Amino acid sequence: MATPAIEILGLTKDYALGHWRPGKRRSLDNLSLEVQDGEVFGFLGPNGAGKTTTLKLLMSLIFPTAGTARIRGRSIQDVRMHREIGYLPEQPYFYDYLTARELLDYFAQFFGYSKAERRERVGRFLELVGMTQAANVQLRKFSKGMLQRVGIAQAILHDPKVVFLDEPMSGLDPIGRREVRDIILGLKSQGKTVFFSTHILSDAEMLCDRVGVLVGGKLQGVGAPGEIVSLEVKGMEILTDLPVGKTLPMPLAANATATGQRYRIQVPEAELYTAFDQLRACGAKILTVTPLRPTLEDYFLKLVENEKAASHAVEVTVP
Amino acid sequence: MMRGKQARRAVLAVVAIAVLFLAITPLQKRIDSQTRTVEKEKEELLLTSGPVLKKLSLGYSALLADIYWTRAVQYYGGWVGDRSAKFQLLWPLLDLTTTLDPQLIVAYRFGSIFLSEPQPIGAGQPERAVELVKRGIQGNPDEWRLGTDLGFLYFWHFHDYDDAAEAYLEASKNPKAPEWVRIMAARMADRGDALVTSKLVWAQIYQTTSNKEIKKQAVQHLEGLKALDDERHLDALVEQFKQKFGRAPSSLAELRDKGYLGGIPLDPAGFPYRIGPDGKTELDPKSTVSTELVPPNAITPPPPSTHE
Amino acid sequence: MSSNVSIVAINTFREAVRDRVLYNLIFFALLMMGAAILVGQISLGIERLVIINLGLSAISLFGLVMAIFIGVGLVYKEMDRRTLYSVLAKPIRRAEFLVGKFGGLLLTLAVNTLLMTFGLAGALLYVNRHFMASDGGILIAIYFILLEFALVTALALFFSCFSSPMLSTVFTLGIYIAGMFAQDIRNVGVMTKSPALTAITRVIYFLLPNFHNFNAIAAAGHGDPIPLALVGWNTLYAILYVAIVLTAAATIFAGRNLK
Repeated sequence: MATPAIEILGLTKDYALGHWRPGKRRSLDNLSLEVQDGEVFGFLGPNGAGKTTTLKLLMSLIFPTAGTARIRGRSIQDVRMHREIGYLPEQPYFYDYLTARELLDYFAQFFGYSKAERRERVGRFLELVGMTQAANVQLRKFSKGMLQRVGIAQAILHDPKVVFLDEPMSGLDPIGRREVRDIILGLKSQGKTVFFSTHILSDAEMLCDRVGVLVGGKLQGVGAPGEIVSLEVKGMEILTDLPVGKTLPMPLAANATATGQRYRIQVPEAELYTAFDQLRACGAKILTVTPLRPTLEDYFLKLVENEKAASHAVEVTVP
Repeated sequence: MMRGKQARRAVLAVVAIAVLFLAITPLQKRIDSQTRTVEKEKEELLLTSGPVLKKLSLGYSALLADIYWTRAVQYYGGWVGDRSAKFQLLWPLLDLTTTLDPQLIVAYRFGSIFLSEPQPIGAGQPERAVELVKRGIQGNPDEWRLGTDLGFLYFWHFHDYDDAAEAYLEASKNPKAPEWVRIMAARMADRGDALVTSKLVWAQIYQTTSNKEIKKQAVQHLEGLKALDDERHLDALVEQFKQKFGRAPSSLAELRDKGYLGGIPLDPAGFPYRIGPDGKTELDPKSTVSTELVPPNAITPPPPSTHE
Repeated sequence: MSSNVSIVAINTFREAVRDRVLYNLIFFALLMMGAAILVGQISLGIERLVIINLGLSAISLFGLVMAIFIGVGLVYKEMDRRTLYSVLAKPIRRAEFLVGKFGGLLLTLAVNTLLMTFGLAGALLYVNRHFMASDGGILIAIYFILLEFALVTALALFFSCFSSPMLSTVFTLGIYIAGMFAQDIRNVGVMTKSPALTAITRVIYFLLPNFHNFNAIAAAGHGDPIPLALVGWNTLYAILYVAIVLTAAATIFAGRNLK
């Protein structure tokens, strides 16, 4: 088997509770996982689960209490390894007084490109993230979404083999999110490995080959999104618009929510076509029909509940 | 529309501020006239320790020295011409200045004159002047002019011919020192005619300084010395008259008429001399020449030296 | 490897130049030059001396203020604002980053000093109409001032690696002042009869940066010749001391968990 793109072995991080207080807080507990070349891996978890801690450890911004990690076969302590990786930090913040173009050029310099090469690359990636218009504006005037895009650009402009993105969708409007999704898919099509953390589960479901779920510093499960949750279909959901003046017939109305004339109706799969007939009779316009599966969100919430129960139990036993 | 309103408001604000400042100006002047009377009385130096100040100045002592020197000059300028001047702060100021920058020659030279001159021309502290100049010589052995200042002080204020001679001699050893320094040393050692020596001393001070105040002072003294010299000659003529005619002349005009003088002699300021009520020649009271500040022994012959 | 240092250095320089604080300081410095001419005029016969003293003191003081003011934030601000995250994810060692920051600030100070030197030269020309041979001492005095800047910048940078800008300012200023008094501290030890105190103060004397080594303002003002040997020794001292401080800073920074 080829060397995995990312190998994490028993990575652990403790933080002191305070300067003078004894005791530690374990923000990452014995994390082990592997990501293969070319995979898009989603790192999921609620806020404070330890996702950002993991990424910071991999980038050597903080140092592990225990455990090691290798990226493309090289230890994370080897600074040369950074040539092959790109990193988008959570809530990126850049030098206020540089323009977007100058910032990207600055970062590009660390990879030894010639001036011409840099200019070409910077221009190309500014365009990719939609920042060409704002290229010569100082970063201090940028909105959060714009900074996020610049952040993505700086993470990938040197063609890294492995790309680490911490909450890449954060701060972006729906259009922006779609663009980032497209960028990630583009990276995948180039054979790159993408490791990104998020708490937006629908994105993970749509993009990832595999996901890992981190709750309370512990890895709860790793696998394809479909494997993590069962494939049981619970029913169907119909989105429909009723003409003005009409109301929904009874059995349907019991399982419906409405906004104005637009209704969301849940029906068991077997009764789908009966529902269609009823709606046609009202003159309703059917917009979408979606299968209802337990989502990652359900899985998630369950995990978080379990974790809370466990930690409460711990609190109770300690005198 | 918004712009017009904002611009108008801005203009109003500027005008209002300008008017307020115009109101403050006479108020400040009023306050100044109050505090000025207060300030002149309070002559104070908060810090008088040179070494402490030097330490506190953290490497900027050269600049601080310049500031204190400027202050000393302005202090002198503030009191000059005032008949009640005592110049009590002059020594501390010059002390601080030269401790902060031992190479500030102008300060030593200024101090040698105006610390030693009697009040109200100077501080009347010739010992301090000697102390200052000696410090200057120690810190700047190549500066022969300070040696001549020391010699002047010993001669003029202390009538100490031996120390004066030594000072001039040390100064003359410097190859840059001109001939007159050696000559002066010899004069002191020989105890030549005091009046001539005094004139030479002040003439040299006048020539070697670039300081306007010192030059003024030198001219004052040279005129005074000339006047004393003239008075001496005229007194001798009066004596001769007495011998011949058995009585004092009534005026210098009589001396002229009797052929002792070609005309009424004028003092260096152009005022005629006259005979005073005590029978001795004196200056016209309107004259700007002054002989008051010449130390009495500056013109009388020195006592014979007792050591050799 | 050394190219990483210069990349960071030039970027630091560019950031400092764009930060408007710099311009205010330069403006005030040039104002001082103008003031020097004025003060010289009322100073009775020592115009040149006053201009040199005031000019060099202004260059020294403003540079020190800048070195400390900017230096204490150099690393701290990056850690605090997390601009550091993206930089350290690049193939650059933490030590290279640190030295680059140092170089950038020193470059800024040097350029600033150059501008002020032109101002000083202008003021001198205005008063004297031509330069004199003894004016060379002024250039040496300025060089010594630059060496001082290097030391202070290194110290500020060192503290910036682990303490807030306010505390770092206090520490750096404290060491600067202690360094100015280094000789006195040693003398106090010599004058007491206690051998322990003498030894301790002696050690302190050699540990502290001896800033009095670099003070040539008075000499420059009076046109005293400054021995070339001193220039050499001072340069060596500055290089060694800066190396010590930067090494300590790099060690601390390398092991630091960023927030």
